[in-house]
Amino acid sequence: MSDNPIAASYLYLLEPEIRFLEAAVEHLIPTDELGPGARDAGVVVYIDRQLAGSWGTHGRMYRGGPWMEGTPQQGYQSRFTPQEVYRIAIREIDQHCKGAFDRPFAQLPGDRQLGLLQQLEKDEIALPSLSAKFFFDLLWRNTDEGHFADPLYGGNRAKVGWKLLGFPGLPSGEYRHLVTSSEPYHAEPVSVLDVQTGRVPVDAEGFPKHVIIKRDRSN
Amino acid sequence: MSNAKLKSVDVVVVGSGVVGSIMSMELASAGLSVVCLERGKSFDVNTDFYKPNVYDELKFDRHSDIFQNLARDTITFRNNATQTALPMREMGAFKPGEMVGGTAAHWGGNARRFLPHDLEMHSRIKERYGASFIPEDCHLQDWGVSWEEVEPYYDQFEHIFGVGGKAGNLNGEIQAGGNPHEGPRSREYPNPPTRPSYEGRLFADAVSSLGYAPFQGPTAAMTADYRNAYRVQMLECARGGFCSSHVCAQGAKANPLTSVHPALARQPTFELRPLCNVLRVNTDSTGKQATGVTYIDARGNEVEQPASIVVLGAYCFSNTRLLLLSGIGTPYDPRTGTGVVGRNYSYQQGSTVHVFFDDREFNPFIGGGQLNTSIDELNGDVIDRGPLGFIGGAYVNTSARGAAPIKGKVVPPGTPRWGGEWKKAVAYNYRRNMAITSHGTCLSYRGNYLDLDPTYKDAYGLPLLRMTFDWNDNELRMMKWVDERCAEIGRALNGSRLGGKTKGTHFGLVGYQSTHNVGGAVMGSDPSTSVVNKYLQSWDVPNLFVVGGSAFPQNPANGPTETIGMLACWAADAIRENYVTRPCGRI
Repeated sequence: MSDNPIAASYLYLLEPEIRFLEAAVEHLIPTDELGPGARDAGVVVYIDRQLAGSWGTHGRMYRGGPWMEGTPQQGYQSRFTPQEVYRIAIREIDQHCKGAFDRPFAQLPGDRQLGLLQQLEKDEIALPSLSAKFFFDLLWRNTDEGHFADPLYGGNRAKVGWKLLGFPGLPSGEYRHLVTSSEPYHAEPVSVLDVQTGRVPVDAEGFPKHVIIKRDRSN
Repeated sequence: MSNAKLKSVDVVVVGSGVVGSIMSMELASAGLSVVCLERGKSFDVNTDFYKPNVYDELKFDRHSDIFQNLARDTITFRNNATQTALPMREMGAFKPGEMVGGTAAHWGGNARRFLPHDLEMHSRIKERYGASFIPEDCHLQDWGVSWEEVEPYYDQFEHIFGVGGKAGNLNGEIQAGGNPHEGPRSREYPNPPTRPSYEGRLFADAVSSLGYAPFQGPTAAMTADYRNAYRVQMLECARGGFCSSHVCAQGAKANPLTSVHPALARQPTFELRPLCNVLRVNTDSTGKQATGVTYIDARGNEVEQPASIVVLGAYCFSNTRLLLLSGIGTPYDPRTGTGVVGRNYSYQQGSTVHVFFDDREFNPFIGGGQLNTSIDELNGDVIDRGPLGFIGGAYVNTSARGAAPIKGKVVPPGTPRWGGEWKKAVAYNYRRNMAITSHGTCLSYRGNYLDLDPTYKDAYGLPLLRMTFDWNDNELRMMKWVDERCAEIGRALNGSRLGGKTKGTHFGLVGYQSTHNVGGAVMGSDPSTSVVNKYLQSWDVPNLFVVGGSAFPQNPANGPTETIGMLACWAADAIRENYVTRPCGRI
């Protein structure tokens, strides 16, 4: 991995955290023949922006105590904000890796990283301050969001998540006529970012103009 | 903080959503002075939900500032009374709104009336199957109103919200193309029905082969440009997705902001006060007469607004909590079964069967606006419940969903949760599946209720509302039967694989389910089992009306918003025609 493959800047995350997350999210959504994985999609930048914003400090979440573990049905009960969860969990996972393998997570071989992520998911690693599964679930939720949210938020670079699905992004004004059609519709995806920055023109109603992708029906 | 007591008005309305806006409109247009208090911010529907920014799934689905600000006020939750309730710290299973326009500003537009059966569920079940058919500890109740009484108010609401559909029963005559199982309606829908999507046509063929009668479900997303009963113009839905959880950029989805507030703002005797958080309803020394409400205004001042009539028209949780905080009515006690405020809290069942295809490709991103093809044979008691042994049912449909890329991805069962195989599966299946969705009844039970939490407080130091709720055996057996029927439909669609998603055995806060929280201040004809009478008038304080989802004695299958709107029209008419002429008495 190059030092900074996507020329990113960071507001909240620290260098070891960036390394950890770049390695981890690439296992969650890997690069393959279908296209870039989460690392090159900018998911770590997405996570950084989310942590630095209102969600990262649980700005609109209930923060009053007392704090108890709760049942799975009771949802998020950690006394840590997402900012704190990432900071604490990554440090403690790296400490675990250094103790067990003499290296932080990011410097371990890929198959060992994969095994560790599976252990975190199953809560098989006892971190001192929080549940490994709780951190893993939050990381996976944010990775999925970052890979598929509008590129406005720093992830889904070049709309790789939407291209993966065949999701055209913002609707075209033609959808009202296409909604009854059985013909598959494929268009170059358009993002909020594209329209805000003037890269894609809009019609009189404000709908973006789609560029249709012609496809071989046998695909 | 300073205190102020304002000049008295005829009516103070708490909440500016479906109930608050319609009741304000109906009462102000009759000449009454009306002040409407809303805890959320004011929005201009013409400028504040604009393209392209509205097409932002992350913002509106996950981090929205039009949902309740939980930092100030949330609920606590537990599955049963042996547990300790803990605060709902982030938004999950449901998304109560917080804005002028209320929760319905971001609703999905599903505009179904209830079935006549639903309003008289207790009597009809007892008559058809006997009292022993009702589960022990189930608080099955009638609403105290008949279909014939409320039908005109459903019709009124549909002409405010511009509902599109095809009548299935016009004055008792079954109509081709509509839902043959609906209650008789006095006239056609104000707008035409939707035209079926590709998925809808496949669904219609499959269900027809199984003997069901498909129809296009009613929708409050305009199926044609429409000027409503309040002379407000709405535009035809453009089927661009980003619908439920979002405010419509096209102004095509009827909601209080698009359909009522523009007309309300022109009423000379009406005043809207946003950013005002009501703390309690005030009563006189006898406790039998409301004198107004006390609220905290935007600048933090405590303000008393005296009024001759108080209308609580807020979300189910807020209506119930304000009664408890105000000491109005007897709080429900599940140990003794006595008391009424907080009794009969209920929610919504439902599930999804996914049909995966290798030989079909869809456009799942096109749609929204409840463009759906439905059946109603599994609803109510259309099919004899006797041999099935449960009460309730579901409507079943497939819709052009406007499937968004974060929450709209589905994969076949057995797919790993993440990694390369997951990536391949989402890429392959996003456009190769359709969903058969069921939306089911949830009855009310002795152990499911709302009260004040003993520990957790809101930003004003007042106790949070505590929800004690879990699924009961009747609902789980009902959904098992519904899921089996949906799987049959799925097999008739000849896909390559079936998948599915249920709500599980225990209710939990994690992951969105439905913003259909109901009950807590239910309507009825017996003060020992209801908080308000059939006109939504408090049994204890006759100049207080408590209107909304809070009034549902149990939750039928069909989604609450249409009936909440109907109740607003019904209660406003009762106040205007029967109460104002002889106030301080029982209607």
